[in-house]
Amino acid sequence: MTGLVQNAIDALALGSLYALTALGIGLIFGVMRLINFAHGDLIMIGGYALIVPSTAAAAVAFIGAWPAPALVAAIILIVMLFALACERLAFRPLRRADPSVLLITSFALSFFLEHLVIMIYGGRVKAVSIWPELLEVLLVGGVRIPYLQIVTIGVTIGLLLLLVLFLKRTAMGIQMRAASEDFSTARLLGVRANRVIAVAFAISGLLAAVVSLLYVSQVGALTYSMGIPLVLFAFVATVVGGMGSLTGAVLGGFVVGIASVALQVALPVAMRPDRDVFVYGLILLILLLRPSGLVKVKSIEEKV
Amino acid sequence: MAGPGGVGPIRRLPAVALRAFWTPIVLSLGVLVIVLAVWASGDTVLALAVTAALIRAVMVIGLYIFIGNSGVLAFGHATFMMVGAYGVAWLTLRPFNKSFALQLPEVLATTQYPLFPSALAAAALAAAVAFVVGIPIMRLSGIAAAIATLAVLGMFKTFYSNWSEWTLGAATMPGIPIYVDMWIALAWVVVALFVAYIYQRSKYGLALRASREDEFAARAAGINIPRQRLVAFVLSAFFMGIGGVLEAHYLGTIAVKNFWLTITFILLAMLIVGGQRSLSGAVVGVVVISTLIEILNTLEAGMDVGVTVLSVPIGAQELTIAGLMILILVFRPDGIMGGREVPWPFGKVGQIARDTGTADDAHDPLQRGLAGRDGTP
Repeated sequence: MTGLVQNAIDALALGSLYALTALGIGLIFGVMRLINFAHGDLIMIGGYALIVPSTAAAAVAFIGAWPAPALVAAIILIVMLFALACERLAFRPLRRADPSVLLITSFALSFFLEHLVIMIYGGRVKAVSIWPELLEVLLVGGVRIPYLQIVTIGVTIGLLLLLVLFLKRTAMGIQMRAASEDFSTARLLGVRANRVIAVAFAISGLLAAVVSLLYVSQVGALTYSMGIPLVLFAFVATVVGGMGSLTGAVLGGFVVGIASVALQVALPVAMRPDRDVFVYGLILLILLLRPSGLVKVKSIEEKV
Repeated sequence: MAGPGGVGPIRRLPAVALRAFWTPIVLSLGVLVIVLAVWASGDTVLALAVTAALIRAVMVIGLYIFIGNSGVLAFGHATFMMVGAYGVAWLTLRPFNKSFALQLPEVLATTQYPLFPSALAAAALAAAVAFVVGIPIMRLSGIAAAIATLAVLGMFKTFYSNWSEWTLGAATMPGIPIYVDMWIALAWVVVALFVAYIYQRSKYGLALRASREDEFAARAAGINIPRQRLVAFVLSAFFMGIGGVLEAHYLGTIAVKNFWLTITFILLAMLIVGGQRSLSGAVVGVVVISTLIEILNTLEAGMDVGVTVLSVPIGAQELTIAGLMILILVFRPDGIMGGREVPWPFGKVGQIARDTGTADDAHDPLQRGLAGRDGTP
């Protein structure tokens, strides 16, 4: 029983990271049909912003040494600004382009950002430690829960609730939903495209910054490619959940997290390194059974 | 050569054939000229770089067969390179090398198979893998398919890097016979060019290109889009497999980590910069990006320009290519060639030109292909 609870909490914590990442990708996809490959690199930039820019082997904490509220605010601000800059410089000129052109642009942008970081910080792994106290373990009736997992799950639930409130209760949120449904009609009704898209990128940047802080606290190291696995699994999550559905993105994120932990437990020891084969295989299986994902979105089907 | 009109029926036939295969002929000759120039210069270091570029050309043509004709992006083609490269290593390593660290079945472990049939078998294995994973993926809409191919790459990369008995896991596999030089790579580029061109003008290629232009109209015209995409996907994977085979026999070593996102990015950049909608674009992209990579490599190593050593920091190469790719996508989304093939410079030949209509139509590969089919005697 304790084992099951332990695994369930692991699955929820991992699923939370994937859900937040998938949500950041899903929001942008909703308003401009862009699958943002560079979202993982925003997460990576949030991590690197913690340290002093230098190619030296030892990382010196910069923002990482600030008190928690200032640190969180600064990282969110930096990642948001990067997200907005990407939108302005790379994606806005392509707004009328085909979704596949947008996808390939974000792929190029991802390489651009990664190699920018290599030029500034060097390509080696850097150790960073923020909030080491979060890695301590809380013992509840034989179940060992790191505080970080509690924080991760709590922050995710909090952000999901805020996002729902934003989308349902504020004028901007309603405009964003309208834009996701049918962008051109929404514009005719007075929704301002530039503003809605910019806000979507800002929120996506906020989500990336949060994932960045949670992930870096957990792994304690920075590499220029650290965003890639997160973004790949988030892609799996968005496709499994149903492209264009935010509920689907969150659901998909948790499905991927739960499947990862379940496979880790269920597979024989010899096959455990191959866990990700099955997680990626999941996408093929689900797509074979349900080509449009778990949550089907009508507006996403191309209109004749 | 045949001028406009006044050509006898007997002399018309070779001209018609020349006209029909003008694109792959010109592209092959263009690549041949580059290879001859490098060969004549006697620069062995440059010859190695050109061989690497030619191998990439085979891969980009492979990528083009699927992406260019279907209009669906694919991020997973490094999978087929990897399957091809490891497949050929299993066949052509010397039994001594195989017994050293691999645990292959008897039939592979004790024999070293001849190089050319092994290359074909390894590429066929890559094509077979594409067929199996392609069945579910080709049913998806464009963007979902692109992401699913990425999942396939993630799947196979994870699997191969843990399959120690066959692949040595994450370690580098050494000792593969090295025989690929500039000429062998060139020969495969020519084969790939002709096959890609014949495919794109065949009824399968035309059906797929029709679905690229208008999915609904194509479906209404009775085209089975998933099936047509699958045909292109399998053919494309075959040449990606050949690319992997050539790479293995060029470097002599292979490692799973080299079949991941960097090579995927470089190949896609070549295709996009040249123009993914035409075969000529694929070749032009390889030439442009390879030249750029070579210049930046020289600069990264530090170039002595007399008064000072000019150098750029590590990472500048990918940064430049990515930057160039974004600029191309923003300002010229159809790439340098803009979806056009090399134009035929000699005016009308026989009946083919009759049906091409306006100049714009003549440049549209679909239109021209259809006209060619109608007009061929």
